[in-house]
Parts: sequence; C-alpha cells; structure tokens
Amino acid sequence: MNSSQRGFRIFRFAAPQVFYPLAGRLAPWFAAAAVALTLVGLWLGFVVAPTDATQGEVYRVIFIHVPAAWMSMFIYLVMAFWSAVGLVMNTRLSFVMSQALAPTGAIFCFVALWTGALWGKPTWGAYWVWDARLTSQLLLLFLYFGFIALTRAIEDPRRADRAGAIIALVGAVNVPIIYFSVKWWNTLHQGASVSLTKAPSMATTMLAGMLVMAFAAWAYTLAVTLWRVRPMILERERHTEWVGEVLEREGGRK
Amino acid sequence: MLNTFFAVLRRDLLLAWRGRADVLVTLAFFVIVVCLFPFGVGAEPNQLRAIAPGVLWVAALLACLLSLHRLFAQDHVDGTLEQLLLSSEPAVLWVLAKVLAFWLTTGLPVVLVAPGLALLLDLEQGALPTLALSLALGTPILALLGAVGAALTLGVRGGGMLLALLILPLFVPVLIFGAGAVEAEASGTGAAAHLLLLGGGLAGALALAPLACAAALRISTD
Repeated sequence: MNSSQRGFRIFRFAAPQVFYPLAGRLAPWFAAAAVALTLVGLWLGFVVAPTDATQGEVYRVIFIHVPAAWMSMFIYLVMAFWSAVGLVMNTRLSFVMSQALAPTGAIFCFVALWTGALWGKPTWGAYWVWDARLTSQLLLLFLYFGFIALTRAIEDPRRADRAGAIIALVGAVNVPIIYFSVKWWNTLHQGASVSLTKAPSMATTMLAGMLVMAFAAWAYTLAVTLWRVRPMILERERHTEWVGEVLEREGGRK
Repeated sequence: MLNTFFAVLRRDLLLAWRGRADVLVTLAFFVIVVCLFPFGVGAEPNQLRAIAPGVLWVAALLACLLSLHRLFAQDHVDGTLEQLLLSSEPAVLWVLAKVLAFWLTTGLPVVLVAPGLALLLDLEQGALPTLALSLALGTPILALLGAVGAALTLGVRGGGMLLALLILPLFVPVLIFGAGAVEAEASGTGAAAHLLLLGGGLAGALALAPLACAAALRISTD
C-alpha cells in the first residue's frame, strides 16, 4: 500500500500542472548550487591545483573541457531516454523534457570542442586533429543540430515531439557505431599520434576540481532545463484552465 | 504477405520506369560531381588516385541524399501513403519494398557506373570489383537510413536541408567503411574486414530501419 502510494506520487509529477510549479521551485536551488559549485571548482582548478609537470598551465582548461564533454554525451543519453519514455508511455512532459535538454547539450558539445581546440593549439600544435574523440564529438554536435532543427521545423507539436523522439533514438543507436567507426578510421589513417587516454596520474586536487566542476555542470543543466521547460509547458497547455490561473496570478504580480 | 511486398515493389518500379528522366538525373548528378573534383584539386594522377575512393563514395552518398525526397513525397501528396498505412498489411513489409525499389532505381545505377568513373580518377583496376561490392553493400544502408529521415521530414518546410542535417551524420560510418574498403584494396591490405562490417551494417539496418521508418510514417501522416 505504502509503496504503491509512493509510486503514485512519483508519477503525479508527469502531469504538467503539477510539474510546472515544482520546476519553478527547484530551478533557483539548482542555479544557486551551480554558481556555488562553479566558484569552488574554479578556485580549486585555478588556485589550488598545482601546475602540470608536462603541460604547464595550459592543462587547466580541462576543468571546463572535461565536464562539458561528459555532460554533452550524458545529455544525449538522457534525451534519448525521455524520448523513449515519451513514445512508450505517451507522456507529453517527457517530450518537453527532451526538447528542453537539447540546446544545453549542444552548447556543452560546442564548449567542449572550443576549449579542446584552445588546448590543442599549444599542446599538439594544431587547433584541430581528426582524432576519434574530436571527430565523434563533432558528429554528436551535428546530431544535436539535427534534433533541434527537426523539432523546430515541424509546427504541430504532437508530430514534432514524436518525430524528434524517433531521430533521438536513431541517433542514440548510432552513437556507439559512429564512435567505433571513427576510432577505427583514425587508426587506419595513422593520424597525429595523440593519446588522450594515457593520462598521467592526476593530483588529487586536480581530480577534485574536475569533479566539482562536473557537479556544477549537472546543476546548471538541471536549472536551465527546468527553466526552459516552464514556458514550453505553458505554451502547450495554454488552452487549459490551470494555465489561465497561473498567467492571471503571475500577471497580477507585476 | 509477400504478395503485398511484390505488388508495392512492382508498382514503384513501374512508376520509376514511367518517369525515367528522374532516375537518369540522379545518375547524371553522380557523374558530374565526380568529374568536378579534378577541376577542383588538379588533374595530378597520383593525387586523383589517392582521393578516388573518397570522392566516389561521397558523390554516391550525395546522389542518394538528393533523391531521397522522391521516396515518399509523391505518395504522400496523392494519399497513397495513407491508404497503405490504413491497410491491414504490416507497414514494415511495404516500407521495405519501397526502399528496395528506391535502391534499384538510384543505388544500383550508381554501383554499375562507379567502376567506369573510377577509371577517370585513375583508381587501380584491381580495386574496381571492391569498389562495386562496397557500393553494393553500402548504398542499401544509405537508402534504409535515409528512408527514416525522409519519412520524418515528410511535408516539413525546408525538408531537403533538414533531411541532410538529420541523416548525414548517420551516414559517416558507412562512408568510412565503404571508402576504407576501396582504399585498403588499392593499398594491398585486403578489404575483407571493411566489407564484412558493411555487410553487418546492412543486416542491422535491414532489421531496424524499416521499423523506425514505419513508425516515422505513422507520425508524419497523423
């Protein structure tokens, strides 16, 4: 009885009118956490962490680069997850979540590529090499663009939701295939022999700084996504009574 | 059930035959794109030989991409697609038939013409069968993946560009193994591994893509 009640409570948040105020309440907390964690992470990374023996000060870009790269890949998986949930359970909110996540994922992807290029110039002597990781990250960015473009191009939201969900799932199936094919292509071409995996044992403060920054990226993603979800919910539910009440209340506050 | 498959296949092939010009345009596009490269990079034979597999494969990929809109657009406009979706026959079956007809009319001509074009780029003659085989294995994958994209962008504004954005990243593995097979054969390391991977990709795409395509068509005609 108790467990079924709890299950009921969790699914309750799939209803837009329940989730809308919850998102509004949670978002500022995540935003505050993101700011605090970023400050701590940057302090750890730029002040406390020692200078790298081989790379000098340049290595410090990893405190932004690595969390962004992690996040960009993870967000795509979450997007695909919500798309699958939406297609299977037919919940409108899942599609909204996956569409709200996509821009953040694309931004993190771009940040990872950009900071990677800035790191690559002094370290490898080139802004870009056709390394497997770089190339698959670039293709991931294109997958994000495709998803965003498709969901924005279709006017009927119901169709846009489902079409986006399918392309997200097709992309998710293809991500490992793309990664391994690019990896193999890279080794065949004998490109610039760069090894990203051969990381020298990392100082504890470096690792701590990176992890804190990763958590900051998580908090940022949650905050931004929740904020982005709210107007999307209002727009889609504009014909319902509760949205009218919300708009009246928030309009009256001004 | 197979009756449906063959009926749709026969109908699409007949339609393609009646509109032969469209099919020839795709082929002409492929030939012209390949012929543009010597003008762009210079007619130095060694250089042309080095880029030949990649050029031929990219041109085949673009030819496939640009003809994909034909796959469902006409049937969508005249309502055939809805009737097919309403029928009791499994959608996967006739989707497969349509993709097969599409491949026979756009992919197969490219496969047949490519070895001849490869001679223009001075590709080693020993690698020509591999080129044809890699295209024969790879272009059906392009058609299957492309069908999903074509179904999703059906009737969407800016559909052509959108289609390219959606599916070109997904084409990358096929391009890598397809061009890689020809390159490996030309350099003497043997193309077996590449061709096997392409074959595996084709088997996977045959199993999964029609399902995704049928679902996408249902969404698009909703």
